Amino acid sequence: MSEVMIWTIVWVVLSFGLYMYIGFAARVRDTKGFYVAGQGVPAIANGAATAADWMSAASFISMSGLISTMGFDGSVYLLGWTGGYVLLALLLAPYLRKFNKYTVPDFVGDRYYSKVARAVAAVSVVFISMTYVAGQMRGVGVVFSRFLGLDINMGVVVGMIIVAFFAVLGGMKGITWTQVAQFFVLIIAFIIPAVAISAKLTGNPIPQLGLVFSDIVPKLNQIQTDLGFKEYTQPFRSRSMIDVICITFSLMAGTAGLPHVIVRFYTVPNVRAARYSAGWALLFISLLYLTAPAVAVFARYNLIETLHGKTLTEVRQLDWVNSWEKTKLLKFDDKNADGIVELKPAAKDSEITIDNDIIVLATPEIAQLAPFVIGLVAAGALAAALSTASGLLLVVSSSVAHDIYFRLINPNASESQQLLVGRIVIFIAVVAAGYFGINPPGFVAEVVAFAFGLAAASFFPIILLGIFDKRTNSQGAIAGMLVGMIFTTVMIFMMRSVQLLGTATPIMTDFMGISAQGIGVVGLILNLVVTFAVSRATPPPPAEVQEMVESVRVPRGAGSASAAH
Amino acid sequence: MSKQKMDERAIGYWKANISLIGILMAIWAFVSFGLGYLLANPLNGIHIGNVPLPFWMAQQGAIIVFVILIFTYAKLMDGIDAKFDVNE
Repeated sequence: MSEVMIWTIVWVVLSFGLYMYIGFAARVRDTKGFYVAGQGVPAIANGAATAADWMSAASFISMSGLISTMGFDGSVYLLGWTGGYVLLALLLAPYLRKFNKYTVPDFVGDRYYSKVARAVAAVSVVFISMTYVAGQMRGVGVVFSRFLGLDINMGVVVGMIIVAFFAVLGGMKGITWTQVAQFFVLIIAFIIPAVAISAKLTGNPIPQLGLVFSDIVPKLNQIQTDLGFKEYTQPFRSRSMIDVICITFSLMAGTAGLPHVIVRFYTVPNVRAARYSAGWALLFISLLYLTAPAVAVFARYNLIETLHGKTLTEVRQLDWVNSWEKTKLLKFDDKNADGIVELKPAAKDSEITIDNDIIVLATPEIAQLAPFVIGLVAAGALAAALSTASGLLLVVSSSVAHDIYFRLINPNASESQQLLVGRIVIFIAVVAAGYFGINPPGFVAEVVAFAFGLAAASFFPIILLGIFDKRTNSQGAIAGMLVGMIFTTVMIFMMRSVQLLGTATPIMTDFMGISAQGIGVVGLILNLVVTFAVSRATPPPPAEVQEMVESVRVPRGAGSASAAH
Repeated sequence: MSKQKMDERAIGYWKANISLIGILMAIWAFVSFGLGYLLANPLNGIHIGNVPLPFWMAQQGAIIVFVILIFTYAKLMDGIDAKFDVNE
């Protein structure tokens, strides 16, 4: 057994032991603890938990790789997945905390005084979260297969078992404190290799400074040009400006509309804590998001320098090349049979094929860091995937058990019945997520991007109008939400018909220059327009609902719920 | 306090909140969509260190500004909450 594998096992076992201890120590017996952690989570802790909840397998494993390939255009992920927190902090979180309930469908159902609205919202939560959680399972599979030598599908199954344990036992309280620990594991695992690589390549141990003040970026631009690629920092080289703008905005609004993110702000003691908590969350998130673009540059440079123009025998002598080739995520094909492997812009000419997902996982090895650092990366990636998966599964469970079962089907259900239903739903959701993890519709970050389009087109607009426009009524919200969701879903299916429907070519390549990832913006605008228009054409909401809107706009009076904790 | 006076206070509070949100959202849009994307081609020749400005804004600068914006909002709202006497 190699030294790297021993360290990997050590870190994975240690970190899992820690999570299990925390999850067990914070286990819950009531629905308030299960759904919103008893509303007793301090702002900074909630910030760290939100960050871990937020930073998924996609952020940790795939994002740097995507940026590394996309260069400037990779900004869509960086801006999209951080800028949404500004929307959340200024437009949604404080008011939803004042509203003081358990779930996102709770707000939609009460604000729009409608069982239909609640049901539509609950189904959307399940759909969005399941799309997203499948990506996490895939990420877990990739990590297990590479670092512990399991088959990817076997890795997914192992991930399913572990996630089921956390989510079923812990509820929101257990998940929250486990996520705080997972945040530290994932951020340390991400930053230590980045610091080591930065020091090695740029002479500056701080990646953000190494990126700006060394000559690595000009050098990389030069290499890219020499190989026939466009410059790394060249804007809009793979996508048009309009598409880049739409994808970014779609990811931002999606971030602010994602139920597992919103629900985190229900767990803090008061409105003021919700505002600060969003700041802490983004501060913690930015530690990774400001490091990832530097890692992307370093990885790109390193990879080209290590592989391009070398002989096949030469590259196969490298340990990491051997192990990644086995996972089929790294492939060599000496097309012109000259014994040398070359990286080319067009996939059909290129003799090296690198899956984006391996960039972060392989870079520490490529940079020849110490085995205990390389082993740490696997634990970090698992922390990222597991923390996000558990947060997602909890909102699936609360939507089904609280919003559908308790609020719509059986309002007389006892606490223990509700908890039991919640736990059963989590279990079923894990199994379903595992299935999609084994049969994924695309690579990790892309699957996740679909969830954002849907969140942007459904929840973000109706929650926003629910707070800022008193006149928005039930008819408007239901019509808007349906139009936004159906439009976005249909568009994504048509543009991704090759992967989703098995057609030979996409039914539609883009919508007025906007790709599948950015289409959520159009869904969002349609939703806003329809909601606004239908609301004006139908009677205003009842007086008590208008009073509720006035009450969520004012902070005072939110703290009472947590007084007992 | 009379009902009417409370309503006036709530309206004043909401107006102050909305204008603060407006200012901060304008900065949010300018640093990301403005400097990062819309002005990316004309500004590509300007450098921060060895990196083109639009690239730096889109992958570093805007994110730093986002963090500052959220804490600024939280801090200023503490003052506005207290001024209109709606704080917790």
